[in-house]
Amino acid sequence: MEKSALPDSFEEARITKGYGKMNDQDDPVTMVLGLKDVRKCAHNWKTFQSGAAPGRIVVPSEVNIRDTRQIPFEVDPPEHKDFRSLVEPWFKRPLEERYMASLTEQINALVDEVLTLDKVEVVEEFSLKLQSRALTLLLNIPYEESELWISWGTHVFRSEGNDLDGDKAKILYDYIDGKICMAMQNPGDDLYSMLLAATVDGKKLTREEIKGIIILTFSGGRDTVINAVTNSIAYFAEHPESLKRLAEEPEITGKAVEELIRYFSPLTHMGRVATEDTQVCEHAVKADTRISLCWASANRDAKVFESPNEVVLDRKLNPHVAFGFSHHNCLGATHARQIMNILLKTLADKVQSIDIIDYKENIEDLDQFKRKVGYDSINVTFNKK
Amino acid sequence: MAKITFITRENETVTLEGTSGSVMQLAVDNNVPGIDGDCGGVCSCATCHVHVDTAHTSKTGEASEIEADMLELNDHANAQSRLCCQLEISEDLDGVVLQVAEAE
Repeated sequence: MEKSALPDSFEEARITKGYGKMNDQDDPVTMVLGLKDVRKCAHNWKTFQSGAAPGRIVVPSEVNIRDTRQIPFEVDPPEHKDFRSLVEPWFKRPLEERYMASLTEQINALVDEVLTLDKVEVVEEFSLKLQSRALTLLLNIPYEESELWISWGTHVFRSEGNDLDGDKAKILYDYIDGKICMAMQNPGDDLYSMLLAATVDGKKLTREEIKGIIILTFSGGRDTVINAVTNSIAYFAEHPESLKRLAEEPEITGKAVEELIRYFSPLTHMGRVATEDTQVCEHAVKADTRISLCWASANRDAKVFESPNEVVLDRKLNPHVAFGFSHHNCLGATHARQIMNILLKTLADKVQSIDIIDYKENIEDLDQFKRKVGYDSINVTFNKK
Repeated sequence: MAKITFITRENETVTLEGTSGSVMQLAVDNNVPGIDGDCGGVCSCATCHVHVDTAHTSKTGEASEIEADMLELNDHANAQSRLCCQLEISEDLDGVVLQVAEAE
């Protein structure tokens, strides 16, 4: 097994049954595994809702650590549309030239820095920094703010040995409360101020709604981006030929980004709550129980993807669901794609090779399945061109 | 060289000329409103959804199974629907008229 490989843990269950089972804090989850089934369930918001109790559609469930509804993520149509339409233009800003230039500058500086070091722990010293600094652009706030977020560690909810750390979540919520207060007193051109000034359906957003949008912005793009970036470094360490190819054929970079995101599927799955007695894959699902849409499994479905367990850098047809599917698809996808695009171009431009020194895999425990989603830590040396 | 006409959601007509690449890329490069092409053209996002004018469907041909599966769960899809990242520009497309579909 290659050190950078992410095996498909779901294949047998996907082929034989189409679903898997997972217990999670006594609120069991039926995991939907095939691409077509995942898409159908994602599309069917009337039967499989997102607007359940705040935190319940997340697996592991966050119902015990938060009461704030994340928006638009935990809202169903038709209300979902108003919120999504409000925030969508802001989350498309990564396509603007000034944004891209700032992000390029950040990533260039970080890659230049790690090229001077003998040893770099990628998760803490590269990916977390990259993700935190880039988030200042998404929120349109000063770069220096990223230093505090970096000090929080790799996941705003999780810490070592404790999947759901309420104290850590409180740090984020208190911080966001403080920032909303500051923006109320001194409005600027940041996301907080935009939301404070905005109206949905003729009404100002409540403070709780603003908080819900900001929490989503922080938590949705933290460990997902960190895993995507870290896994990319591991992949290029073992595939210097891919780095060389990207340098020679930069026009395939967009396809390479989509393929790496398909292969890594940084978010394994996302839940929904059944609103009625129903079934998936001929398996009964009772009202008020949970299913999950397993993006990671769907993205390896051999019925759709040729050689699903290989990274085909210029894969031309790649209908992956790594950013979700249908109206709840990832709000931060434009930002994430831009990060990956610039990262790949920068690595191809500056890095000759990467050596893995040692690593500890991050294996998610999904009861029936154990899935490698990335690394707890991975030490490497970056070698310059 | 092919002339390709987009009718936007605001009913504006934009006619562009292209020689190669995908219709989505041509639209994105020329800022046709409503054609986003988020995934860069690998048939994963459906943000380049168009309805082919009924008089021109012979020019565009039929969607592949993967494309049709993407469109199947799109609330605004109909028999004229295509994802224009899957339309390669060639002489065959000359004169085609594409209505930009409503966003999901």
